[in-house]
Amino acid sequence: MEGGILSPAELQALLLSLRVAIVAVVVDLPFAFCAALLLARGSFRGKWLVDGIIHLPLVLPPVALGYLLLILFGTRAPIGSFLLAWFGFRFVFSWTGAALASAILTFPFQVRAIRLSLEAQEVGLSEAAGTLGATPLDRLFSLHLPLALPGVVAGAITAFAACLGEFGAIITFVSNIPGETRTIPLAIYTAIQTPGGENAAARLAALSIALALTGLVLADIVTRRMRAAFR
Amino acid sequence: MSDIALRHRRGSFLLDAQFDLSDAHITALFGPSGAGKSTILAAIAGLLKPDFGHINICGETLLDTERGKFVSPVRRRIGIMFQDLRLFPHLTVEANLFYGWRRARPRPGRETAEQVVELLGLSPMLARRPRQLSGGERSRVALGRALLMGPRALLLDEPLASLDAARKAEILPYLEKVVRESRIPMIYVSHALDEIARLADRMVVLNGGRVQAEGSLFDVTARLDLFSAGHLIPGTVMRAAVLRHDETHELTEISLGAELLVVPRIARPPGAEIRIRIDAEDVMLSLTRLDTVSANNIVPCMVAGIRENGPHADVQLRLRDAQMVARITRRSLERLALREGIAVFAVIKSVTVGGRE
Repeated sequence: MEGGILSPAELQALLLSLRVAIVAVVVDLPFAFCAALLLARGSFRGKWLVDGIIHLPLVLPPVALGYLLLILFGTRAPIGSFLLAWFGFRFVFSWTGAALASAILTFPFQVRAIRLSLEAQEVGLSEAAGTLGATPLDRLFSLHLPLALPGVVAGAITAFAACLGEFGAIITFVSNIPGETRTIPLAIYTAIQTPGGENAAARLAALSIALALTGLVLADIVTRRMRAAFR
Repeated sequence: MSDIALRHRRGSFLLDAQFDLSDAHITALFGPSGAGKSTILAAIAGLLKPDFGHINICGETLLDTERGKFVSPVRRRIGIMFQDLRLFPHLTVEANLFYGWRRARPRPGRETAEQVVELLGLSPMLARRPRQLSGGERSRVALGRALLMGPRALLLDEPLASLDAARKAEILPYLEKVVRESRIPMIYVSHALDEIARLADRMVVLNGGRVQAEGSLFDVTARLDLFSAGHLIPGTVMRAAVLRHDETHELTEISLGAELLVVPRIARPPGAEIRIRIDAEDVMLSLTRLDTVSANNIVPCMVAGIRENGPHADVQLRLRDAQMVARITRRSLERLALREGIAVFAVIKSVTVGGRE
């Protein structure tokens, strides 16, 4: 790709997009698994509320979320000023902020996929493992987690593909800084705003479509393989 | 000695059952669906907490509602072969087999474990996954997994119900081996009398959540009241011994107490103890000894009881050392003027050795 199809700035946007998406997905995973476990197996009062909050990002306008993050994590905002004072860490104007916004927005994708694969597991298997001497925690790692693996992988890939398309929350929360927060969608937007940037915009758009498609096809193949292996 | 007493209400169904298990013996739990068999198994395994009751297995109290004692299923060490097997699809046969063994405390010795694998003929398939096995092989893995955990009792929940006749014939010898070699109480849930006849020593008949009969297999299968109620497939199980083989006619003579019976050649040596089953419908009654009939097995006996039931009459017969049941029509009963205490001859059309295969 180097020196050929993509300009250095475009390549930078691609690598940044990948980094943001990977970090968002990986950080989300353990939380998503716990949330899915809670929703699939737990029965408690107010479950509908937890369910609603987890799925909120699906219906929330991304720009509104970006604004919300800004009020919470801005350098003079409650959480943001605390992080800056104690850890010298800030989300705003940084790629980590982009990852945080992406993580929140794609969280429901992961929870949903994992939850479905947990709910599809037969209760009988867990009972059998119990009579064989496996404690609930033991069963989580020896039974539920491995059996949920197809769902975990499918959820991660779907979330990854969705991360690559994130725009509104990122530009609102962490702005559009080349090399720091300018991911592919933001680069496309910038290219369109720039006179003579139509070619660059087209190339980047084609690139993001290719990435998204690859992700979806991959998710499909992986889950089908795994499901077949577990039958 | 182990004993179980349970009282549990769910909706309109009330389970109120109490019975004993003798150690190192296999007790058949017999009854129509909805009789409470599954509820009893779930309670023994700890998967269900009954309203009231106690469960003692070999001197160990697993449940005592009066004292608020409930041992969790994880620590009960009750081996179960589930009807739907419940093998772990993501694990190899070996990992399935040793799942309970690894977690068992005390853990059976490695050698004992390998003997079980050998006994069940599972060594060639250890690296495979459950989906790559035949139905019969899967059953053997489920049985092996339950045995390898070193259970204090083994529960077999209709282990053959989902298999066709050929697969049943494949598994039965393995079950017989396990029954012979185990030293733990076992419960075998089934509604197939032929399986019970081959495997069980004791029998508990359940109906509508209550124990209707409990005792040795030989006594329970000869009881008329269970027959007429339609819970038992009419047939009596008896103990017999091999006398000698008649090679010219390819027959074997067996002794049923003082009586002599002839059956098609069986592959057991003279002196061997065997179990036979005689279906009530295969027994005809005659007032005189018939010499002009093709049946080989004609036994003198006495009418010990009669129970009329629709078009049928079940007649309990006392032999010198055994008892069995004949199912005739009520019309024949009247024609022969049968009543308790009179002597008759039982013409036995067919004897099943070791249950029907």
